Amino acid sequence: MESFWAWFRWLHDATGINLTIFYDSFDRSRFARGFVMTVELSAVCIVLSVLIGIVGAWLQGSRLRLTRHVIYWYIQFFRNTPPLVQLYFFYFGVGSLLTATGVSGSPVPMVSNVTWAIVSLSFFAGAFNVEIFRSGIEAVPGATIEAAESLGFSRLRTYLLIVLPLAFRISMPALNNNLVNLVKTTTLAYAIAVPELLYVSSQIWSDELNVPEMMNALLISYFTLVGFLVYAMHRWERAIRVPGFGV
Amino acid sequence: MTATPAVDAEPIVVIDDVHKSFGNVEVLKGVSLSVPKGGVVCIIGPSGSGKSTLLRCINGLVPIDQGSIRVASFDVHQLKTDQEKIALRKEVSIVFQQYNLFPHKTALENVMMAPVHVLKEDREEVRERAVALLRKVGLSAKADVYPGELSGGQQQRVAIARSLAMRPEVMLFDEVTAALDPETVKDVLNTIRELALEGMTCMIVTHEMRFARELADVVYFTDGGVIVESGPPAELFDRPVKERTRAFLSQIL
Amino acid sequence: MSRLRWCDPLPQATDLPVLLPAASRLARSATAERTAGAFRLRLRPAHGVALLALFAIGCGWAEAQVQPGQPSILATLWKWTPVLLRGFLFNLAISAVAMAAGTIVGLFLGFAQISLLLPVRKGAWVTTHFFRNAPWLVLLFYCMFLLPFQVTVFGMTIQIPDWIKATLGLSLPVMANVSEIVRGALQSIPTTQWESAASLAFTRRQTMWMIIFPQCIKRMLPPWMNLYAILTMATVLTSIVGVNEMMSLTRQALSAENRSGLLLAFYSYVLFWFFLYCYPIARWTVRLEARYAVNH
Ligand SMILES: Nc1ncnc2c1ncn2[C@@H]1O[C@H](COP(=O)(O)OP(=O)(O)O)[C@@H](O)[C@H]1O
Ligand SMILES: [Mg+2]
Repeated sequence: MESFWAWFRWLHDATGINLTIFYDSFDRSRFARGFVMTVELSAVCIVLSVLIGIVGAWLQGSRLRLTRHVIYWYIQFFRNTPPLVQLYFFYFGVGSLLTATGVSGSPVPMVSNVTWAIVSLSFFAGAFNVEIFRSGIEAVPGATIEAAESLGFSRLRTYLLIVLPLAFRISMPALNNNLVNLVKTTTLAYAIAVPELLYVSSQIWSDELNVPEMMNALLISYFTLVGFLVYAMHRWERAIRVPGFGV
Repeated sequence: MTATPAVDAEPIVVIDDVHKSFGNVEVLKGVSLSVPKGGVVCIIGPSGSGKSTLLRCINGLVPIDQGSIRVASFDVHQLKTDQEKIALRKEVSIVFQQYNLFPHKTALENVMMAPVHVLKEDREEVRERAVALLRKVGLSAKADVYPGELSGGQQQRVAIARSLAMRPEVMLFDEVTAALDPETVKDVLNTIRELALEGMTCMIVTHEMRFARELADVVYFTDGGVIVESGPPAELFDRPVKERTRAFLSQIL
Repeated sequence: MSRLRWCDPLPQATDLPVLLPAASRLARSATAERTAGAFRLRLRPAHGVALLALFAIGCGWAEAQVQPGQPSILATLWKWTPVLLRGFLFNLAISAVAMAAGTIVGLFLGFAQISLLLPVRKGAWVTTHFFRNAPWLVLLFYCMFLLPFQVTVFGMTIQIPDWIKATLGLSLPVMANVSEIVRGALQSIPTTQWESAASLAFTRRQTMWMIIFPQCIKRMLPPWMNLYAILTMATVLTSIVGVNEMMSLTRQALSAENRSGLLLAFYSYVLFWFFLYCYPIARWTVRLEARYAVNH
């Protein structure tokens, strides 16, 4: 392994291509931490946004008009405004209200920037997921549900065994689009100094002055990350596809 | 029409032992036939028997694997340049089951497009001819209407006019009435009948047996990629020799 | 891609899956969004009203915190409006130039994606998907930091302002998305159209320009306009790389005022301007799409 890293030092000496993220252990671990942060941010937001989607879709079918209205306006707000504005809204707006008084007497934010990024991005992607799951549930044929009930399934079982699996399959293509978009949107966390991939890269290039190398490393990292997600999701989409059901 | 083709007329379409596979499915398994100039040939057979594929091969839309197809002086599957292909398609024109009009052009423009842009003919002359062709198919009133506003039968007649605008020697019709309402079928068949009686060489794939019987010089019955039986309509329809032909006819008549 | 092999007849479609309207609607929109690379913006008048309400709340909130001797919130906003609007014009300029550049290159890429030459086709595919998979912000950084700040042509030194670089950065994802929109539209034209053009002896080039592409324009216009609206909203990203557009100026204004409680009023005000600009575009898109749906 050492000789592998050392090769990049040789590359730098020989060609001037300065990939400190390989041969310099400090930069290497910085970059790796940034990468992990991006992956974590993506994973946590994916899970949370899917949960928001499921709960929201359920609430949207609520009998209470107020609940439906709240969900409706939640979706409308997050769908139709730039995610950067949403992030600033949470971080600068809500964040400045949620402060405690620190030891020195100056206000200290109670919620970290990472948390705000997670909250903001999850709500952003969650808004789309609510709509996606709602249409998925509506698309399950009533006859299928009746058939299940006539076979003696309870309502809950029908919901868990028939409606949700079918709704999920129907929602899958739209969900994929949204999650891929979410992963790309995590870069916005840079704007509130969350140490994710873009942010640590900018730190590295300002220390090492190797902007072109870092830019390309960054582009390739995201291309790989998003490419992997697109590929995995499509494989999954195909794997769970039922012939004659869906497109 | 005479019951037998004019023996002395020289053949204009000669198909010799044509084979064609899609993947590992052999769709045409050695088809041979010839059509004399001015002759009318009908091809009947169950769906999937390769009738459309045969017509597409004659027009050069689908390459063949083996055998040869000659149309007039062209060896269809030896044509290399665009110029040669254009020359072939001036000679032989195909009308599809689904009309395939260009939806963004009016009926008149559909008819004019190929002569103007492919044959590079004078626009005004083409327009006159196109108007005349639309009149011939009974649609002069619809010249400036878009395909989307025409009925199926009307669209199909525009498609026939569009093919005729290339002044072909041979017309191929691929189940042109199969997608039409019964009442509009008559108009399309009348148009084809007129053409045939004017001496146009026609190869017609059809399920309209009465029409085939009335118009054809020779009827070919195909099944499973081969010609099972052929002959003048009176013989083939009334005294089929092969069991398969009999079975098919008894089903359809 | 295989669909466009020259002259191949389309295999007859078999029994189509039967779907409830909701499912096919979702499937259709998912496919459309995947092709366009952007979600559908659906602006309604109610959104404008809601923004105004938010703005009113923000003003009320700020007004409640006005200290004696400070100007009122509306006066403050009025004072900053010329500055903010100059920033907004910047956003619009960036969006227009990025859209134009991205569209021109994207059209070429889209056509290259259905080229009969394998290397051209593959190359265009890779380029398209490389830029589609990269986050917009990363592409923005890429152009900001890697393009030179000045170029020398014939001994003349021309400065490249930041906003031009940012514009180029935004035009890259636009290019990739336009490329997919073009490819999707070209391939959505039934193969029978290619076939009947071939049977009338049109060459491939003629078929493309006279028969296929004209039919595509109608299908490309709605996703293209939607992309433009999304791009316009995305121009606020350039504030992160230091372009003085409306969002940067808003933050500068907020820190210059250094008063608490202005945030909501200012941001909803900014959003309202974006709404005013994007709303007609979104409406027009919907209208075009409906018209297209009726025709087919
Ligand atoms: N482009 C193609 N690719 C694969 N198979 C095809 C293609 N065109 C036709 N076929 C197959 O060839 C067979 C004959 O088709 P066709 O010529 O259309 O028959 P017909 O017109 O007699 O109904 C069918 O089984 C059809 O599925
Ligand atoms: Mg057929």
